[in-house]
Amino acid sequence: MTEFQPKILAYCCNWCAYAGADLAGTSRIQYPPNVRIVKVMCSGRVDPAVVMAAFRRGMDGVLVAGCHPGDCHYISGNEQAAVRMAFLRGFLDEVGIERERFRFEWIAGSEGGKFARVIQDMVDNVRRLGPFRPESLVAAGGGAR
Amino acid sequence: MTQDSAAEPAGGMGQAPGNAAASPVPGGKVGAVVVVGGGVAGIQASLDIADSGFKVYMVEKTPSIGGVMAQLDKTFPTNDCAMCILAPKLVETGRHPDIEIIAGAEVEKVEGEAGNFRVTVRKRVASIDPRKCTACGRCSEVCPIETTSSFDEGLCERKAVYLPFPQAIPLSYTVDRKSCVGCGRCAAVCPANAVLFGPEETEVRTLEAGSIVLAPGFEKFDPTGLKEFGYGTYPNVITSIELERMLNASGPTKGHVLRPSDGRVPRKAAFIQCVGSRVGKQKERYCSAVCCMLSVKEALIAQEHTPGLRTTIFFMDLRAFGKDFDEYYKRAESEYGVRFVMWRPSHLSEDPATGNLRMVYETRDGKLAREDFDLVILAAGIRPPAEARRLAQVMGIELNSYGFCRTGLFGPTETTRKGVYVAGAFAVPQDVPDSVAQSSAAAAKATAGISESRGTLKVKLDRPAERDIGGEQPRIGVFVCRCGINIAGTVDVSAVVEAIRNEPDVAYAEENVYTCAQDSLRKIQDKIKEHRLNRVIVASCTPRTHAPLFQKTIQGAGLNAYLFDMANLREQCSWVHMREKDAATEKAKVLVRMAVAKARLLEPLHRQRIGINRSALVIGGGISGMTAALEMAAQGFPVTLVERETRLGGLGNRIHHTLEGEDLQGHLKNLEERLLADKRITVLTGAEIRSIDGFVGNFKTVVEIRGAGCRVPGAGTEGPGTPHPAPGTLTIEHGVIIVATGGREYVPDGYLYGKDPRVMTQLQFEEQYAAGTLPPYKTVVMVQCVGSRSPQRTYCSRVCCTETVKNALLVKTEHPDAQVFILYRDMRTYGFREERFREARDLGVNFIRYEDDEPPVLDEKGGKLVLTVRDPVLDRKVRIHPDLVTLAVATLPAAGTPELAQLLKVPLNRNGFFLEAHSKLRPLDFSTEGIFFCGLAHSPKFLEECIYQAQGAVARACTLLAQEALETEAAVSVVDEARCRACGRCEEGCDFKAPLVKVWEDGRLHARINPALCKGCGKCANRCCSGAITVKHFTGRQIEKMVEAALSDFCAGPANGGVRQDGG
Ligand code: FES
Repeated sequence: MTEFQPKILAYCCNWCAYAGADLAGTSRIQYPPNVRIVKVMCSGRVDPAVVMAAFRRGMDGVLVAGCHPGDCHYISGNEQAAVRMAFLRGFLDEVGIERERFRFEWIAGSEGGKFARVIQDMVDNVRRLGPFRPESLVAAGGGAR
Repeated sequence: MTQDSAAEPAGGMGQAPGNAAASPVPGGKVGAVVVVGGGVAGIQASLDIADSGFKVYMVEKTPSIGGVMAQLDKTFPTNDCAMCILAPKLVETGRHPDIEIIAGAEVEKVEGEAGNFRVTVRKRVASIDPRKCTACGRCSEVCPIETTSSFDEGLCERKAVYLPFPQAIPLSYTVDRKSCVGCGRCAAVCPANAVLFGPEETEVRTLEAGSIVLAPGFEKFDPTGLKEFGYGTYPNVITSIELERMLNASGPTKGHVLRPSDGRVPRKAAFIQCVGSRVGKQKERYCSAVCCMLSVKEALIAQEHTPGLRTTIFFMDLRAFGKDFDEYYKRAESEYGVRFVMWRPSHLSEDPATGNLRMVYETRDGKLAREDFDLVILAAGIRPPAEARRLAQVMGIELNSYGFCRTGLFGPTETTRKGVYVAGAFAVPQDVPDSVAQSSAAAAKATAGISESRGTLKVKLDRPAERDIGGEQPRIGVFVCRCGINIAGTVDVSAVVEAIRNEPDVAYAEENVYTCAQDSLRKIQDKIKEHRLNRVIVASCTPRTHAPLFQKTIQGAGLNAYLFDMANLREQCSWVHMREKDAATEKAKVLVRMAVAKARLLEPLHRQRIGINRSALVIGGGISGMTAALEMAAQGFPVTLVERETRLGGLGNRIHHTLEGEDLQGHLKNLEERLLADKRITVLTGAEIRSIDGFVGNFKTVVEIRGAGCRVPGAGTEGPGTPHPAPGTLTIEHGVIIVATGGREYVPDGYLYGKDPRVMTQLQFEEQYAAGTLPPYKTVVMVQCVGSRSPQRTYCSRVCCTETVKNALLVKTEHPDAQVFILYRDMRTYGFREERFREARDLGVNFIRYEDDEPPVLDEKGGKLVLTVRDPVLDRKVRIHPDLVTLAVATLPAAGTPELAQLLKVPLNRNGFFLEAHSKLRPLDFSTEGIFFCGLAHSPKFLEECIYQAQGAVARACTLLAQEALETEAAVSVVDEARCRACGRCEEGCDFKAPLVKVWEDGRLHARINPALCKGCGKCANRCCSGAITVKHFTGRQIEKMVEAALSDFCAGPANGGVRQDGG
């Protein structure tokens, strides 16, 4: 039996988190290939709906990553994201999505190592949890769209 | 941003002159500049000059532009890949309609004078016509002659017909005449008939130009003559630039560090610093300034590339003086375990059996240590360019005693001939960011003198009309880049292309060796036309550096720039999954499919043209600010200078002596007089910035005037805003901002500072020295790095070592018997300042090195000062009784910097200095358009560096002010006005004041977003309570489709990669 390969989706802001992922590349830091990055201009753009969209379509884990507090290219987009993601977390609890499946991180453009670590971590944790079944969401209503 | 985004790639290059629209006004100044040298300095100068409305002739002696930077693997302190950041600039230069590259050419004669030079250039007629060559490489394949590659520092072979390097501009094969035997096979196979066979010919051209910029670069020091290190005899002794080529993935060893003697992977490598610098003959005793950091970087990268490799750097002083350099050095030591040994080995011997090299050196406790290394790297210094003498003669300029271009402290880019300017390493050995800033400065000086001719020779280009794709079914073209082996070494690129070809809506797919190379760009345009593509995807490296290039390319073929997307197969796939080739290939397919999924939904977006207020605001009235204001006025643009203090001059007011012995106070006075006399300049002193609104081209700044000190020369005559000398607030409208807020001295809290009058900072020493109020002294102790290079302030303050040496020399000349002790960590008197350091040592100044964990201790006992420090040479504590203690304190950013940063909405780095858009290639720009900075606001630096940064910031700003109109962001958020419930959350949350809720002309209350203010971050869409806001280019539907495609290798279907089923 092959090992379960979790599917991780990462929403990264263009200016820091995506740049951090780029730096992991230029520094040749190796991490598992299970992650697919969707670039957004700012983490403040990531609303609960797009996170839920990922789970609903069958992602096993979702990462939202933006600049560190104070570093957002658009000033306070990341703080906005923090507020929305805190709200989302409560919602995820309600619909029964395990906490480890969703992560919100500050990753600077200079933190290639951190990006790789976060991905490695998520892959390990989600692998332990096993695949996510979107069907289970329907029962709970799956609210946000 | 260049003005002609629709330029044809490869167009405008190498063609004959005469495409210029207008001829210069007879008797007027010529609106063109000759730039000599096509390295990074020449490139930056050319782009800045051309972007501000002048014609550039770039004369490069080799067949391609790029210079030494093109040979580098990575750049410190960010480890950015050098070619990755340089390549877009090369291409931009190559395709700029106002830059003509004259490659393989040298200047022979210069006649005339500033404003009207006639420059005679002799050009070798290329044996392969760059206009015809498609870089297919057939010629090189059939060439029978092999010779060593100079680009790869002789580490490998190449043919006599060769491509200088894959990203070369012009992208054309060339013939190495010295090795060519004239067999003619290349000519026979060339499908483009580009090979012109026959004897080497030259042609002469005469260029009319108003100014000249010299950027011929430097010569790498050749250590062959130094018998002690056996370079050239011992195969395992190499130079740093040779190692650089090895480290490069497309270099001779494909990124592996290998011993030249046996191709083995080394385990222990040593770097020897200062080879050809600081020691030797009088005229070679300068410091090359870049080698310390180069070695730290190479040690770090080499260890990363070579598991098990340990590196040691043998150094005299580790000169990590630039922005973020010291932090990088510390990281190399603590995180990477690079070993640093303070010793300069006197010679090496080789064990012929193993090829290992034995080094004898003294350890800290004075014992002789013997150590074997299997690879030794000589950090070879920077020499003046080989043609310096000839060039000086032709140009009629003087060289300094080291053979570099002679410049002055107050005119760091000015040569001894009017109208001829210098940039880059020919002025002084310096690194890339300093070269770039100085090159921008040279651009400012070269254009200021001919500013009235701005635009007269500018090529008017018609952008191809944009094709209307409305109603068309998506026809997507996908170009997958091999990036040499960067991608193809891990990802099976052909498999990716095959998989993508079968995706619905993909009309065309192909692979390229380098998609960013000029021939590939041309091909993209051809394919767009041939297959009527209406969306383009490039799957290569990060869009953060390369998207603009490709966007311009598709625009050139009539497609809207937003019908483009990238898949990042290099940084986010091949480089991070190097050990999982199959999985990486599958992931690459998915990444491209995600891009395809988004591409189907892409729509053309348009920028708006907005008017630009062609005037500037300079914040700060120190040397940097005053210089910037004057240079801006010299460019013909009105400018307002705002200074918080009532007096101009800033920190400069406190500097009474310069190392070079020039009269700074006199210079300051002169600046101030010129400033106040200039009708285009409004000076507001005792004035504080209260708010800054608006955006590039149209800023509105409110200044509060506190009454005392405000002066407005020529009030009301010219200049922006309404001068208002009385206390109150004043609103200024302007198009660009230059921040020159300067710095201040750190106030030390130890060393009895503030408690004992005999303890003072270096600046206080200078002031008291000048005023004659110093207490009598016989023994002086000068302590370095007070407040710098510490956990709280991790940076080096760059100037203090030199300041201290300067003051020590003052003391010694005044009182030759006085004892002077300098307690230091590394003496960082880089460049030509080294000479004065040597002079201080010769005059008997005592230098004692201390370690950061054991700083000197100062006490007072019975009215006497007692200083204790460990002397590493004697290996014991020594006690000194000084009458005077000076502290070389850190340079801090100016007070109020964080507040100003907030008003400007720009970031600071962790040490509180303003953070530039890119540390190497955009050192004077913020990432926010229209705002530039210079001087101490950037980081600690010398006077001449502040001056050239100020001039450089002006050149950068002029690239905007030279335009008639600016274009706004096109990927903005829009409100579905019918759905909007006017809750106002978008308006509340926006940091840029873009949304506005009111009753609009349709009579309804709803939000609307001003596209000129919107930055497209999408925060408002997140806040919107009725889902009425769409973030263009990042719409919810686009994201959902990408998510679906992201799952494509996991689910069954035509797109199934099939390797990693999870069984669920
Ligand atoms: S830009 Fe990175 S979080 Fe806003």
